[in-house]
Amino acid sequence: MEELFAKPEIRKPENIVYKKTNLMIDRPLSYCPGCGHGTTHRMLMEVIEEMGIQENTIGVSPVGCSVLAYDFLDIDMLGAAHGRAPALASAIKRLWPNRFVFTYQGDGDLAAIGTAETIHACNRGENITIIFINNGIYGMTGGQMAPTTLEGMRTATSPYGRDIATMGYPLKITELIAHLPGVNYVTRQAVHTPNHVRKTKKAIRKAFEIQKEKKGLSFIEVVSNCNSGWKLTPVQANKWMEENMFPFYPLGDMKIDGKLV
Amino acid sequence: MGELKLMKGNEAIAEAAIRAGCDGYFGYPITPQSEVMEYLMAQKPFERTGMVVLQAESEVASINMVYGGAGTGKKVMTSSSSPGISLMQEGISYMAGAELPALIVNAVRGGPGLGTIQPSQADYFQAVKGGGHGDYKLIVLAPASVQEMCDHVKLGFDLAFKYRTPVMILSDGAIGQMMEKVVFFDQIPRRTDEELMKECPWAAVGKPKNREHIRITSLDLDPAGQERVNLKLQAKYKTIEENEILYEEIQCKDAEYLFVAFGLSARICQKATDLARAKGIKVGLFRPITLFPFPIQQIAATGNRMKGVLVVEMNAGQMIEDVKLSMGSKVKIEHFGRFGGIIPSPDEVVNALEQKIIGG
Repeated sequence: MEELFAKPEIRKPENIVYKKTNLMIDRPLSYCPGCGHGTTHRMLMEVIEEMGIQENTIGVSPVGCSVLAYDFLDIDMLGAAHGRAPALASAIKRLWPNRFVFTYQGDGDLAAIGTAETIHACNRGENITIIFINNGIYGMTGGQMAPTTLEGMRTATSPYGRDIATMGYPLKITELIAHLPGVNYVTRQAVHTPNHVRKTKKAIRKAFEIQKEKKGLSFIEVVSNCNSGWKLTPVQANKWMEENMFPFYPLGDMKIDGKLV
Repeated sequence: MGELKLMKGNEAIAEAAIRAGCDGYFGYPITPQSEVMEYLMAQKPFERTGMVVLQAESEVASINMVYGGAGTGKKVMTSSSSPGISLMQEGISYMAGAELPALIVNAVRGGPGLGTIQPSQADYFQAVKGGGHGDYKLIVLAPASVQEMCDHVKLGFDLAFKYRTPVMILSDGAIGQMMEKVVFFDQIPRRTDEELMKECPWAAVGKPKNREHIRITSLDLDPAGQERVNLKLQAKYKTIEENEILYEEIQCKDAEYLFVAFGLSARICQKATDLARAKGIKVGLFRPITLFPFPIQQIAATGNRMKGVLVVEMNAGQMIEDVKLSMGSKVKIEHFGRFGGIIPSPDEVVNALEQKIIGG
């Protein structure tokens, strides 16, 4: 098999069935094997490449596992302080209305420390795209409880499981955002199977098209696993996600063209 | 010759911002500086120059909007007052680390905590010594008149872009609220995108095919890399210290005693100087205009000629530390301060000079 690939004569454009987007920089990702960040990055960059908008795109990365997103995505980016990405993006879009502007944030960043910035950017109907990776845990800091941690879920700061009475409820921030009138498109997707990856890519494309048409804010939640933080293998983590995360965070569109689904 | 207007200090900040070709103002209401955003919203520069004016949900959001705009090379600013500026320290530290130009106006009010809405100079340490986390400095300008409120906006933007660093105008509730004559400079057009990209090749404006992508960040996880960042910042601050010191000396030539004061206190000391001289006391006034860079040598040269120096501040004694570090211990240096929002009268200042320096 290796010999076959080594043959230069078969390396012809007409023989290529799939290749990595040119907008992903050739550098090993800092993510754990099996994590959804890498796939989501790739979908995002594929959309930007296909739309031919690399030159017109400014991204904002968060604090969390994807803090180094700007090392992997071959576009101009700003690294925000924890939770503040929507504030940066709001200003950038208003100052550069002809640029595509997106934020890429995790659950701690978007739904805990950055709740105010998230809600108000959405409520102003900023013409930006927010990509929200929800894995129910703080990955980078070592697996602490997140605002989206499920009831009973064990984390480093809820070692006996999330207790609703003392720790509060998991926050369905995407449902909350869907009800804000400034928001045009809200969807919840996943990236753990080829089918879901395709749907997520479609959602990202739709979000950027909405931005192009200046129709308001688009918000994409990607429910993902954190196999390291959940202390499971990647395969177990995806199964656990399907059995536990999806019932509480059901996949699908919540708002299309400003109308609740 | 520019345009002459009678105006509040806070309004002068706003008008000067429009005229300086500012691209964006992001703010949150707080007394005693809400007039800045009120003036901008009323003037609608977005229709005239294209300047963006946005009321944010908090000072935290405002400063991070400024961070976002600054990272794309835009000429952006915010204004607030002490408790709001405390909230902004996170974003200010990030901008210092990422080497971004921005203008921040602090109309200082009495603290600590919610304190009072009356004028104060109690944020000197916060402004001059860094304020947020990490080893960094801001260029700090201390206007003493409505005219300087106007002039320092233009100067502040120029310095911010010259050195890629946040600049703070340290005003106070009184300079912000008082009305004076002010001569405005003519409208400077906002830069076109092409001009901006030429002036700011470091800015994240969208990646063309022919250059590397740009990453605006203050993060470097490698200690050696982060030390290099710090050394670069310190070298920059040294250059600023060598080149950008501003100060004013009033009636210092024949003086035997010296007031050292900035901002509103300097205005009061100017009157106190006249009152003291009418009583036969030969006193002068040294007014630092840049608080960082601090006029170390200049204060030492002038101060050490005197029989005694009185540092007058609307705080419990903050700038006096820098005056003492500048002058050494040859000459007697005392402090006179009122705080919590009290503005000292010129008579009080003369009495303090007589009691603490001449008679003391």
